[in-house]
Amino acid sequence: MLSSGVTCQGYYFVLADYSKNLIEIQDLTFSRGPRKIFDGLDLTIKRGQVTALMGPSGTGKTTLLRLITRQLIPEHGTIYVDGVDISTLDQSELYRLRQRFGMLFQNGALLTDLTVFENVAFPLREHTKLSQRLIRHIVLTKLHAVGLRGAAAMTPAELSGGMARRVALARAMVMDPDILLYDEPFVGLDPISMGVIVRLVRRMNDALGITSILVSHDVEEVATVADNSFLLSDGKVAASGSPDELRTANSELVRQFMHGMADGPVAFHYDAPSYEEQLLGRDTE
Amino acid sequence: MNRTAQDIYNNTVEFIRTFGAFQLFFLRLLQHSPALLFGRFPVVVKQVYNAGALSLVIVMICGLFVGAVLALQAYSNMSRFNAEDWTGVAAAFALVKELGPVMTAILFAGRAGTALTSEIGLMKATDQLAAMEMMAVNPVSRVLVPRFLGGVIAMPLLAAIFSAVGMFGAHLVGVELFQVDVGSFWQQIQLTVELSDVNEGIIKSIVFGVAASLIAVWEGYNTVPTAEGVGRATTRTVVITAITILVFDFMITAALI
Repeated sequence: MLSSGVTCQGYYFVLADYSKNLIEIQDLTFSRGPRKIFDGLDLTIKRGQVTALMGPSGTGKTTLLRLITRQLIPEHGTIYVDGVDISTLDQSELYRLRQRFGMLFQNGALLTDLTVFENVAFPLREHTKLSQRLIRHIVLTKLHAVGLRGAAAMTPAELSGGMARRVALARAMVMDPDILLYDEPFVGLDPISMGVIVRLVRRMNDALGITSILVSHDVEEVATVADNSFLLSDGKVAASGSPDELRTANSELVRQFMHGMADGPVAFHYDAPSYEEQLLGRDTE
Repeated sequence: MNRTAQDIYNNTVEFIRTFGAFQLFFLRLLQHSPALLFGRFPVVVKQVYNAGALSLVIVMICGLFVGAVLALQAYSNMSRFNAEDWTGVAAAFALVKELGPVMTAILFAGRAGTALTSEIGLMKATDQLAAMEMMAVNPVSRVLVPRFLGGVIAMPLLAAIFSAVGMFGAHLVGVELFQVDVGSFWQQIQLTVELSDVNEGIIKSIVFGVAASLIAVWEGYNTVPTAEGVGRATTRTVVITAITILVFDFMITAALI
């Protein structure tokens, strides 16, 4: 069933079928060295929704974004994006698929030899033959949306961490992608910027009919913006549902994470010998 | 004994693997080069400026003093045989065939090569290369190939400038300081140094340009993305380039003699 949603993608419009899943991950296994990050992960992301990936540090949330975009290759398992197994794509097909993605990296990843304006214009210059006037218009519109139109002439070195991430957000959305991936979008933002960005994420998703995947630790902000959430732990999905459903879940792990409790199944301390023995120096005897 | 044998085996396998990857990397750069040279030449010109113009001062200063010291040595030895007129020829041969390309390549590795490695390494460490990949822009053709070609084009030009300035330094010492007849000084060079000698220098500077630029971008691209990793890669660029250039210099000289 085709919905009425219309996605703006460059020059042409695509009627999106919102009833279908956009991303399906089946039996995914991935390790870094001896450490298994994912062990038989199954996960489905619905089209047109804002989906949050949450979980304690080191559970592989960012790694999952990189696997979805094939920046990393899994040991086992299949990832379907819009029904296509991404492991079967050659480089040109992969690049065509990636043009449908916009990604906000954790540290912004702005190109340091270009100005703010040129950073945002970069994908347009690489992939379109738009006139300079139109590129200027689009870039200024995107920079205005993140409140940094006045910083267009600045270089990334002159920006604060929060400003750099807002510029990176403008760059991520400049091609009007189908899928926007946000890696920790709220880190380093002041409360005013955070409020604006949270509303922007929601508004873009609804107005443009795109799909957003959000990696965040920020339970409060996620609750205001996400339609659906996955809590990752021990290489699998520990819980899923709307943020409100997760808040009221009975699972001890979910409760510990959602309410920020020190005690629970997820240890705050990394594996270590006895504190007392170590302070008394007995562990070295 | 078994442990040593195992280490030798592991290191050999690792070396062969790295060397194979290095060759494939070189082929990838060559594969993308025509599109850059004929499609986006201004991007390459910018890198020629970065690699070449910014190394110009150091190359000219070193060239001047290398030429001057060659003339000093040549004059003091030639004068024993009353062959002072040959001072310029000795300096010219040394500069055009050997020291011009070799010294320029080593200076290039120290100035431009390290800059290339650290720039690419930092781009990797700060996810800029990954961001390009995500924007469906191939970082090999957008970042590595222009820098590689910039180095390859700049090196022979720098070597020519080094030799020219070196000859000027030799002239200052031979003609202005030791009063060698200016006509003899330059006429002997004109009569003795042949086109094949200049060609040898050109061939060497092109080969060294390819080697120095290739090593610099390879080390940058394969940097461990940490501050320490970038530092190590930068050091490796200078050390490996210097050794490679001296080995290649011997091989090319032996082949052309």
